[in-house]
Amino acid sequence: MAREQHDYDDIPGTFVFDQERSRQGYGINMFCMSLMKDQNRKAFKANEAEYLKKFNLTPEQTQAILKRDYNRMLELGGNIYFTAKLGATDGHSFRHLAAEMTGASQEDYANMMLAGGRPVEGNRSKSGKSEKSAKAAGNAGKPKATARVNKSRSKRG
Amino acid sequence: MARIVAGVSSSHVPAIGAAIDNRQTEEPYWQRVFSGFEKSKEWMAKTKPDVCIVVYNDHASAFSVEIVPTFALGCAAEFPPADEGWGPRPVPVVKGHPQLAAHIAQSVILDEFDITVVNKMEVDHGLTVPMNLLFGSPKEWPCPVIPLAVNVVLYPPPTGHRCFMLGRAIRKAVASYPEDLRVVIFGTGGMSHQISGPRAGLINSKFDKAFLDNLTKDPKKLVRIPHLEYMREAGAEGIEMVMWLIMRGALDDKVDEVYRFYTVPASNTAVGHIILEPKRRAAKKPAAGKHKRAAARAKVHCIRS
Repeated sequence: MAREQHDYDDIPGTFVFDQERSRQGYGINMFCMSLMKDQNRKAFKANEAEYLKKFNLTPEQTQAILKRDYNRMLELGGNIYFTAKLGATDGHSFRHLAAEMTGASQEDYANMMLAGGRPVEGNRSKSGKSEKSAKAAGNAGKPKATARVNKSRSKRG
Repeated sequence: MARIVAGVSSSHVPAIGAAIDNRQTEEPYWQRVFSGFEKSKEWMAKTKPDVCIVVYNDHASAFSVEIVPTFALGCAAEFPPADEGWGPRPVPVVKGHPQLAAHIAQSVILDEFDITVVNKMEVDHGLTVPMNLLFGSPKEWPCPVIPLAVNVVLYPPPTGHRCFMLGRAIRKAVASYPEDLRVVIFGTGGMSHQISGPRAGLINSKFDKAFLDNLTKDPKKLVRIPHLEYMREAGAEGIEMVMWLIMRGALDDKVDEVYRFYTVPASNTAVGHIILEPKRRAAKKPAAGKHKRAAARAKVHCIRS
């Protein structure tokens, strides 16, 4: 049966971890969860394909894990907080994985974040419909760190 | 009687915890983030809550996909830091407040919030990072903490409205607790960020700032935001912001914004932080003794800029 369509499937570059994906990806996520234990990390590293046989994965899921194709893992029901444990087993941080999923180099991704992140303009909708309706504009330039103390309140002290 | 004396919201980015644990807080990148919490720590040291309720989400630490409770209230006497794949964070064990937690569970379930009672739970960066940001890195946490874990990982999380109303129910529960306790409630997570898929790195400062403004002035507007809008505008993981509405629901309709801080980025995330207190009523010329006490209280709460 084809995947049921949802309003959020219109968001580009995003795999929402919903009930259907959770059902489908149970094996991926339980495999990732097993990597919380050092002995399991060692067993996985010693023979990855063999270790994965314990988790009732489809051939596509197994391939995605072996190839460290993080986007494909999400598409097949993995969740980022779980797949990040595989990343950690390989010695990678969330940011490293994020860069990899975007297809950017680590340096380009880090620079994009420093410059204020990926703008929402042009990234709201695959169909483009919500781009017009969204009034939110301008994420131009780097947002500055701001701290604000309620002055009127301070004066009361 | 117990009462909620303030609400605090803060992002709970894991990299902030790593920066603390690896002693990188003085590096310029991290200094920009930590400097925004200096006044907050002063405020917290003066506020000295007897108990904190910390609304946060677990990140596949205590809960895998085997059991996914929507609202899980930590009723245990203590909550050890979880091993998130890099060894447990070197932070103190979180001490609970089982009596107040039991009282809250009893009250909110009868108010039709079917929460899960958890008597054994490890807590991850979702809880411990905001604790560090507000309390620093003491040998022991200065007060007991009641963790309230909310599912925002498996879609759909509870709606913003549901979260706000749970906050209301928590406020009622706290107010009916017989011991005289001063409680601070935390809402954590957010702000805009996406760490999954090709759209990772999304930040929407405009959305975040409007969210902070409305959190203070018009939270009713926020409770109507549908999940689709959070994910589209603030990133797939930005949906965590519904947890801030539990905090807001636990406060009065009218609040004073004591402090806010916002910066981009910490790792993949926009860091937002706000402190809200119940609105002070205009002084009504109270008796001299009362006035003095009120003035002393105001002084305790003020933040000098």
